[in-house]
Amino acid sequence: MIAEIPSVAIDKVNIWNNTSLIHDEVLASRLGLIPIQICPDWLAWYNEAGPVTYDSEGNPESKFNSSNTVEFSLQVKCERNPDAPKDCKDPNILYQHATVYASDLKYVPHGDQPSFMNPAPTVSNPDIIVAKLRPGQEITLSAYAILGIGADHAKFSPVATASYRMLPVIDIIGEPIKGDLAKKFQKCFPSGVVGINSKGEAYIADARKDTVSREVLRHEEFNGRVKLGRRRDHFIFNIESTGAMQPDEIFVKSVKHLQNKAEELLSYDLATST
Amino acid sequence: MNELMKPMYKGRALTDAVNTVEDKWNLLPAFLKVKGLVKQHLDSFNYFIETDLKKIVKANEKILSDVDPEFYLKYLDIKVGTPQRKDVHSFSNDITPHECRLRDLTYAAPIFVDVEYTRGKKIVVHRNLEIGRMPIMLRSSKCVLTNKTEEEMAKLDECPLDPGGYFIVNGTEKVILVQEQLSKNRIIVETDEKKGIVQASVTSSTHERKSKTYVLTKNGKIYLKHNSVSEEIPIVLVLKAAGIVTDHEIMELVAGPDATYQESFAINFEECSKLGVQTQQQALEYLGSKVKTVRRLNAPKLTALQEGMEALATTIIAHISVHDLDFREKALYMAIMTRRVLMAIANPKMVDDRDYVGNKRLELAGQLMSLLFEDLFKKFNSDFKANIDKVLKKPNRTNEFDALLNITIHSSNITMGMNRAISTGNWSLKRFKMERAGVTHVLSRLSYISALGMMTRISSQFEKSRKVSGPRALQPSQFGMLCTSDTPEGEACGLVKNLALMTHITTDVEEDPIRKCCMVLGVEDISIIGGHELHSPGTYGVYLNGTPVGITRFPSKFVKSFRQLRRTGKVSEFISVYCNHHHNAVHIATDGGRICRPLIIVTNGQPLVKDHHLKKLLAGEMVFDDFLKEGLVEYLDCNEENDSYIALYEPDVTSETTHLEIEVFTVLGAVAGLIPYPHHNQSPRNTYQCAMGKQAIGAIAYNQLNRIDTLLYLMVYPQQPMVKTKTIELIDYDKLPAGQNATVAVMSYSGYDIEDALVLNKSSIDRGFGRCQVMKKATAVLKRYPNQTSDRLEGISAETKIGPKQKKFTVPIFQHEVLGPDGLAEVGARIETGQTYINKSVPVNAGENLINPNGAIQNGQAGMDAYRPTPMNYKAPEPSYIDKVMLSSSESEQPLVKVLLRQTRRPELGDKFSSRHGQKGVCGIIVQQEDMPFSDSGVCPDIIMNPHGFPSRMTVGKMIELVSGKAGVLDGSLQYGTCFGGSKLADMSKILVEKGYSYSGKDMLYSGITGECLQAYIFFGPIYYQKLKHMVMDKMHARPRGPRAVLTRQPTEGRSRDGGLRLGEMERDCVIAYGASQLLLERLMISSDAFEVDVCQTCGLMGYNGWCPSCRTSETVVKLTIPYAAKLLFQELMAMNIAPRLKLDDVFK
Repeated sequence: MIAEIPSVAIDKVNIWNNTSLIHDEVLASRLGLIPIQICPDWLAWYNEAGPVTYDSEGNPESKFNSSNTVEFSLQVKCERNPDAPKDCKDPNILYQHATVYASDLKYVPHGDQPSFMNPAPTVSNPDIIVAKLRPGQEITLSAYAILGIGADHAKFSPVATASYRMLPVIDIIGEPIKGDLAKKFQKCFPSGVVGINSKGEAYIADARKDTVSREVLRHEEFNGRVKLGRRRDHFIFNIESTGAMQPDEIFVKSVKHLQNKAEELLSYDLATST
Repeated sequence: MNELMKPMYKGRALTDAVNTVEDKWNLLPAFLKVKGLVKQHLDSFNYFIETDLKKIVKANEKILSDVDPEFYLKYLDIKVGTPQRKDVHSFSNDITPHECRLRDLTYAAPIFVDVEYTRGKKIVVHRNLEIGRMPIMLRSSKCVLTNKTEEEMAKLDECPLDPGGYFIVNGTEKVILVQEQLSKNRIIVETDEKKGIVQASVTSSTHERKSKTYVLTKNGKIYLKHNSVSEEIPIVLVLKAAGIVTDHEIMELVAGPDATYQESFAINFEECSKLGVQTQQQALEYLGSKVKTVRRLNAPKLTALQEGMEALATTIIAHISVHDLDFREKALYMAIMTRRVLMAIANPKMVDDRDYVGNKRLELAGQLMSLLFEDLFKKFNSDFKANIDKVLKKPNRTNEFDALLNITIHSSNITMGMNRAISTGNWSLKRFKMERAGVTHVLSRLSYISALGMMTRISSQFEKSRKVSGPRALQPSQFGMLCTSDTPEGEACGLVKNLALMTHITTDVEEDPIRKCCMVLGVEDISIIGGHELHSPGTYGVYLNGTPVGITRFPSKFVKSFRQLRRTGKVSEFISVYCNHHHNAVHIATDGGRICRPLIIVTNGQPLVKDHHLKKLLAGEMVFDDFLKEGLVEYLDCNEENDSYIALYEPDVTSETTHLEIEVFTVLGAVAGLIPYPHHNQSPRNTYQCAMGKQAIGAIAYNQLNRIDTLLYLMVYPQQPMVKTKTIELIDYDKLPAGQNATVAVMSYSGYDIEDALVLNKSSIDRGFGRCQVMKKATAVLKRYPNQTSDRLEGISAETKIGPKQKKFTVPIFQHEVLGPDGLAEVGARIETGQTYINKSVPVNAGENLINPNGAIQNGQAGMDAYRPTPMNYKAPEPSYIDKVMLSSSESEQPLVKVLLRQTRRPELGDKFSSRHGQKGVCGIIVQQEDMPFSDSGVCPDIIMNPHGFPSRMTVGKMIELVSGKAGVLDGSLQYGTCFGGSKLADMSKILVEKGYSYSGKDMLYSGITGECLQAYIFFGPIYYQKLKHMVMDKMHARPRGPRAVLTRQPTEGRSRDGGLRLGEMERDCVIAYGASQLLLERLMISSDAFEVDVCQTCGLMGYNGWCPSCRTSETVVKLTIPYAAKLLFQELMAMNIAPRLKLDDVFK
């Protein structure tokens, strides 16, 4: 999920004008990290090392085309706000476009893109700050988003983070824990893990909620009365998508990818090395 | 039971509202607000500009002519203006420091004098005459930056957090380091156990001269030694010369009523009487006969008596002035020195410690500048005098002579002298025979901390090469004055020190009012005191700056009332007064250069600073100076500290306590203050961090992007540390940080982490971890030459290329791809190796005037319009971007071009990182995020650190930083790791447990490679990491073949010259031992500097072309390949008249 499921991110930036404080390279790197809402399936792979093609005039053609690239443009200029109150100190009110947000990136359709890119590509989170400007500064650039994988650069990863944990198991050994001790026992776990029944005995309500802080093991009185463990075959996946795909979609894709890999491995003939 | 009682007692004490002053540390920011970290530099410079300068001029105010007795010139006043630029056609003459930095100018202000002089028969007064330009210290009273708000600073392109305290000379920022010296005009008693010598020495320093006087033992007798006297003089004889004629009086003055001292001194009378000296005149004559005299030409020869008198009056113990040939005071001083020697003989413990901080004085920028200025001013005056004498000698002048026309000629001497001294750091004063190098240093702008650290640095005059431990050791008296951690490693260890956070260095205070003040307080004047009264028991001598002024019989009462005067603000707060019971002396010090620090006064077991004072302080109704004025806080210097009983914490205050510490973490300086939990670390680790904190890449100043420095390292995303200290907030490190909070897993991983190497997460790097920028400057001056030619910028050279389908393109040649039509690189362009960024060319003929009278150009000479290209090409292997191009004019009105090149670098293998605990490491491997371990909550480490870094280093502070940092992250708060305080570990663990983590900071991690959980719990959390300036890109170097040195024809040395890697002696030894002789031959000769020579077998000397010039034959000459360096050696030997002869033999014999 992190490394091999493709997603789309800005990879090449043509900066036409940048008089802001942010340097070109840093600006480009920031743009690259902005998650974009495009279904990765809409795009073909971009191949930088591919053969150069020429148009009818004999000029070399750009390797970016409407099938593998999505263009965004950013054009902002900061100016003084004539309506700003006099004693105002907040630059966001004092100036227009003092802060450049990710939402200022505008999609530029090319070729037949509108026909298959529906809804039109946008940034996932419009509130990401790209740069801050002051009056007179401006940024004009066009950015080209392509398909890539997280192994190449973290920006191509479709997830912010993806991880799993194993289901915690809590066993109370021997006699039930009662009374004040039970309350103390309950406190050793996050709320909702341990319940106290009508008899004042502690029982495990929901082990899944436990974060395994092992706090209970510090206390002498619970020594030997509780056993913490994990189910080795129960994985709780936690996937935070960057927005282009739904987490379940990513999960399914990754399982599919794993399956393909496994099949490839099975089809590998050791004798012939093919 | 006792243990149970204690917290109860303490608990009661804490709730007691009257006693606690919990927020007393708020005094510290208040102190720094008025004093600041560099205040000592500013104070000293301001004192120089406002007071000292006037004193110097006053001392040298009159210039008289040897020729014309009627002529005189008198300086009435001197003042320094505000910094001005020198350009002629400028709109405004006010200059900002930043303009000076950019344009390579000197930030200097004109010095104006008011003079009164005679012109013909008239007396003329001329005001505001400029006699030179004085470099101005930034943020001093004359600087444009003083009392500016943050917005005004921003308008001047200046960083409000920049400490100031340095000079800008020719565009470079120069700091005059604080110089540490032994105190002047004080007696120091030392013993040399090997030679059995006890000596008391005093270095006298006055405005005119510096000299050192010794009173020492030799063969059990006491002598006086001085550089101007050729041999040691018996002390009794000297005392007689000084007017103490009777033996009884001498005995009384030196030994007093004490029998042991009388006994050991008695022997000294013998030698004097043997020499037949009885009277003062005899003594002076004897002294005079031993004086070494260096007389100026034409000076009248003096008699022995006069010589003796002059020596005694002016050179021996020069700081005690003699009026009307009354030597009594001086005699008394010598008697006291002798007594100190006697005391040290009787009790060897009565010697002084040279390394004791109370015996040290710190010389600051102002004092050094004043020495320099006085020297230059005297030179200026004597030059001026020589000049007017020359003019006045001429008997008939057509017009009236105006001296002012001459005075301005020499004004460049003062300006140049100042500039040269500051920019080279060579302080050479002829007057004192002082020759000091390395006084100034370029202000290091590697990081904010390095600049700050430089401002608090103290360099010692001690020689670095000497192997002595004493001056290098940490002195107990340094407590609270000098930082205990911040000193470099290696040769300067312990000699270069740093000021602690809350220190102040005093400036001179007038002596005379204090002397009068003493008399008012009941001191009996020294001039009417005899030896009997002086040494009678219970009587204490009162010394003002080491010079006796009188005696008192009630020393503690005197000291107490004097302190009362100081606390009520009647005398300066920086005057120290203390009792020395060993010497029966009360010392009052008013001199400059003493280190002192503020403490809360405690009386009757109660600190005077109360809660309501601090509330007022926080409300802004009181400032630090109010605390001083109200006598709640006072400054103590090192000597007076010995007279006090200082409590560290409030509960420790008892009835004997005299003072309370304001805050304990002020034992550390600014740089060591960055370390979280330093009190948990092994002390050398803190010292290492002090060295490394100065190399960390981070934010430098708010104006960092407007600066054009030779080399500038900036971090792209600096963060303030999760675990701060109070010092960090005080010095604004949180506003200009140098590092990032990295999530660290302490575990072993992959084997690429041994020997302190770190494992980095690639995704973290992709997202901007450790990313930094390197800016380099290139400067070119377009010079103008005397023959009207000048350097110029050339345009672009183009070439024609043929594209597909035979289309022709005209494109610039590769080297000129990034150039604009003006011959300078375009801003934003990417520049690669070999490309030009300043396309400069210089005239072929710059020296002589080419146009001869008839206008024709001479034969064989290049014309005026012939230019040779001297482009500045980009050399580094990695491309850069052009960040800025600046066009301006330098001081000499020549066009100045500066190009700033920028590189943005990701961390790579071999880049150096360090935490704040002296734990440095290089990046060993960069691992994909999916292969990194992750925790239950899905957190991946940015850095994996090997646990072997901990046991031997014992940096427990780092572990606590991790736990506190983790608690802070989970809690959404910033934690404190202040020295001797900070967030408590137990509290931090509690937060961790509350948030569902283990109290120990250890988490269960899953392996990113196998997917299984790891067998051990891993210590996991954020630690502040600094990226250090040492990066592989700047260091990597290899060469297959390349340039060779001209002289030896061997490969050049060093990366900058694309040099070879040397197969050295030891490597050679290995190859010999291995027996690989052919490899040796190949490495050391064939691949290096093989050279074919013709050697004559008869004479063994070298010939040429198969001919031996000495044997005049070609018969026996053979060809031989030897290293060129060997051939060079033979020839060099021959030049020294040694004939090396080669004896050749058959290999196969």
